[in-house]
Formats: sequence, C-alpha cells, structure tokens
Amino acid sequence: MDINTLRGFATIVVLVTFIAICIWAYSSKRKHDFEEAANLPFADEDDQGDGKGER
Amino acid sequence: MSTSESTLDQSPYNYKVVRQFTVMTVVWGIVGMLVGVIIAAELVWPWLNFDLPWLHFGRLRPLHTNAVIFAFGGSALMGTSLFVVQRTCQTRLISDGLAAFVFWGWTLVIVLAAITLPMGWTTAKEYAELEWPIDILITVVWVAYAVLYFGTIMKRKSPHIYVANWFYGAFILTIAVLHIVNSMEIPVSLTKSYSVYAGTTDAMVQWWYGHNAVGFFLTAGFLGMMYYFVPKQAERPVYSYRLSIVHFWALIAIYMWAGPHHLHYTALPDWAQNVGMVMSLILLAPSWGGMINGMMTLSGAWHKLRTDPILRFLVVSLSFYGMSTFEGPMMAIKTVNSLSHYTDWTIGHVHSGALGWVAMVSIGATYHLIPLLFNRKEMYSIPLINLHFWMSTIGTVLYVTSMWVNGLMQGLMWRAYNADGTLTYSFAESVAAAYPGYIVRFIGGTIFLLGMFVMAYNFWRTVASDNTETASVQPQTA
Repeated sequence: MDINTLRGFATIVVLVTFIAICIWAYSSKRKHDFEEAANLPFADEDDQGDGKGER
Repeated sequence: MSTSESTLDQSPYNYKVVRQFTVMTVVWGIVGMLVGVIIAAELVWPWLNFDLPWLHFGRLRPLHTNAVIFAFGGSALMGTSLFVVQRTCQTRLISDGLAAFVFWGWTLVIVLAAITLPMGWTTAKEYAELEWPIDILITVVWVAYAVLYFGTIMKRKSPHIYVANWFYGAFILTIAVLHIVNSMEIPVSLTKSYSVYAGTTDAMVQWWYGHNAVGFFLTAGFLGMMYYFVPKQAERPVYSYRLSIVHFWALIAIYMWAGPHHLHYTALPDWAQNVGMVMSLILLAPSWGGMINGMMTLSGAWHKLRTDPILRFLVVSLSFYGMSTFEGPMMAIKTVNSLSHYTDWTIGHVHSGALGWVAMVSIGATYHLIPLLFNRKEMYSIPLINLHFWMSTIGTVLYVTSMWVNGLMQGLMWRAYNADGTLTYSFAESVAAAYPGYIVRFIGGTIFLLGMFVMAYNFWRTVASDNTETASVQPQTA
C-alpha cells in the first residue's frame, strides 16, 4: 500500500472518530448522566442539606 | 499557626497535603516572580548582575521559568488536583504517606533546581534544564503522584469521573511521557549529561516536549482547575458538560502535533513545519471551547462579578486564556512567525498566558481554597483580594502591551533593507530601541509581584484570625 493511501485513511479515521464523539456526547440518552456528572462539584455538600447548584 | 492540626483535620478528606501545596503556591509564586522581576531589571540595568556568574541573566532566566512553571504552577496544580479529586470522587486519597512523599519530593526537586541552575548546571533544553539526577527524582515523584491521583479515582464513590479530573488526568499522564522521552540523556558526570538525540531530531523532540508542556501543564492542568473552581465559585454547574467532553478530546488530540511551529524556517523539513502550523490553527477551536464553556457558566450569574473579586480573577483569567489561544495560532502562521519569532512578541504572548491565564486562575482557586482548608469563614479582607485583582490585571496589561510594541518594532527593524540590499539597522540599534519597553515591562512585573505580597499578607491574616467556622465545609455562602 502506498504511504499516501495510509495517510488519507488516517484522516478519515480521525474525522469519523471526532463525529462519533460528538454524536455520543450530544445524544439525548446521555443527558441524564451528564447532568449528574456536572453536579458532582456540589454533590458532597448535599450531606449538609443545602442542595446548592441543582439546576 | 494558632490552630492545631487536630482541629483542622475534622474533614473526611486529606486536606493536609492540599494545605501544604497551597502555602507553597504563594511562596513559590513570590520567589519565581521575584526572580522574573530581577532579570527584567537586568535587561534595563545590565550592571545588576554585579559581574557574578550565578546572577547572570543566562542562569537566572531558567531559574525564573522553572520556578514559576514547575514550582508555582506545579504546586497550584498538585494541590488543587488532590483537592478536586477527593471532593468530586467523594473519597479520601488512597495513601497519606504517598501524599506526603509527593509533596516533599516535589519540594526537593524545586530546591535542587534553585541550587543547580544558578551554578550553571544545565542540559540547555528549554523548560527541561535540570540535570539527570534531578530528572530521575522528578520521574519517581511524578509516578507517585500519578499512582496517588489515579488510585483515588479508582476508588471513587460516584459512577462518573467529573470532567476536571479528565483534564488533570491528561496533564499527569502526558507530562510523564513528555518528561521521560525528552530527558533521555547520557550522563558524563554527576552534573553533566548529553541528550541521546542529535541535530534536528533533538530540536524536534525538544519542541514536541516544549509545546506539549504548554498544552498539558499550562493548559489541560489549569483547565481542570477551571472546571472545578469556576462552577464552584459561580455556584452553578458548568455551562455544557457535552462541550467539555468534545473539546477535551479535540484538545488533547491536536496539541500533540503543534510543536513544530517553534521551528519555522529552520532545518526542520518543510512538511513538518506545515503540519505544526495547520495543527496550531485548528487548536483555536478546542481552546475556545474551553473558554466559552467557562465564561457561559456565569450566564445568569454575571451580577456576582460586582461583589466577588475571586470570581473576577477566574473570569479575567479565562479572557486572557481566550486571547492567548487566539494569538498563539496566529503566531504559528509562517508569515506571521517570520515577523514575530525571536522578538519580544513571543515573551509577551507567553506572559499573557502565564500571568493572565495560569497565575490568575491559580490565584482565584487559591483564594477559594484558603478559608476552606484552614476552617475560616472567609478571607481576612475581601477589599485586599480586589486590590490584588487590579494589581494583577494592570501588571499583566503593562507587561503584555510593552512586549507587543517591542516585538513588532524589533521584527520590523530586523527585516528592514536599504535599496542596495544592506540592513537598515544594526542589531544593537534594535536593542537600544527596546529600552522603553523593558522599563514598562519591569514596572508591570513589579506591580504583579507586589500583588502576590498582598495575597501573602491576606493569607497570613486569614490563618492568624480566629474567625473559625466548623459547621460547614463551604465558605462564602453569599
């Protein structure tokens, strides 16, 4: 195989990976998980019952 | 310290190592910036080296860069990362002994740097000047830090790994790889070694290291800090968690390839230079992804900026991050680089990032941490934080603008030709023309340094006060 074919192939792989990451990150299935994760900086305050940062 | 360790350690977390690193962040900040001001003064008044070799600019300059990046920045990153990992994983560090080893090991590295660099013992690799015995010590300490950090993530209580930890994790992992690869050297004596790489390869490995040190130490690490302390101080979750994931992977994938822009118009093959330039341009997108995400976290809470100087530090740091990451790709364009390279413009760009972004975000995070770590209700004086904020901002602006002016002027003077093809200006003429800029830079740096003393005073008064608050671990519930 020509080295340039490999280079072209690598570009496509990277592009597809990027699009896949975007689709994965923006799929509505992840919404709940991400909201939970985004509130982690405030999670250990809930013990004190102030529940700050809940949107 | 009036409060005993036992009163301070009611927390389920290991705050001791965080306290140690937080104190040293301020101490090394003052030391590193003081050395910076001294060498800035030497450029204005060259006799200030008193003809002593260990006060020479060439020896103090690496001391300054090592002290501000690895001592000040390193302490800030290690302290905050060990704090954030505990708080967001809701678990204690895996080992108090290992934590102590990391702190004292890192401190030993810094002390050794402060001794060896003025002695002139150097590998002559920028930002990797320390000689081989210290390189080995750095590796050992860094591996211990990685074990401590990732070990703590592994025993987390929540199913998720918060995004700040992804950035800190990328920083820890990549710095290990960069340090080991770039520090491959053959010792010839205790204080001298030679790189295993030669010629252009050596230069390329060095700047692969150098630029990724910027990308992963000064960017990914501090973005980790941003992703915890900005939401925390603004009291609202990050604007878009999804954006944080996409820009994280884009950032770490692209940064790796940007290094060759440090070697434009050198013996490095043209294709490699072009790869470096294109990758640097693409970097704008993921960099601004982080900036926008941080900024937008404040949407609906902008009014807090009016009353909270800590938040002001964090937001202005993001503004400087945005400016530097626009300027960087622009300077990586070969035609722009032919004007800017080797001039003071580069120094201005670096300090827009180092003072404006890295130092300001660290200072903001440190002000957030101090009352919390020492069980105080809030900082001793909020107006003093505000004063510090303005000193930092004005100092940075003076520094950066003077270097922009100098850089453009030097670049234009060096490329000016007469009709017969001879150079219009001698090099010494461009040095003389740079004098006013050097004076303004010295003034700006001094103002920034004085701000650090204001911080140290405020820190000391906060700890010395008995304004304790043991009921809550969270200060400033405004």
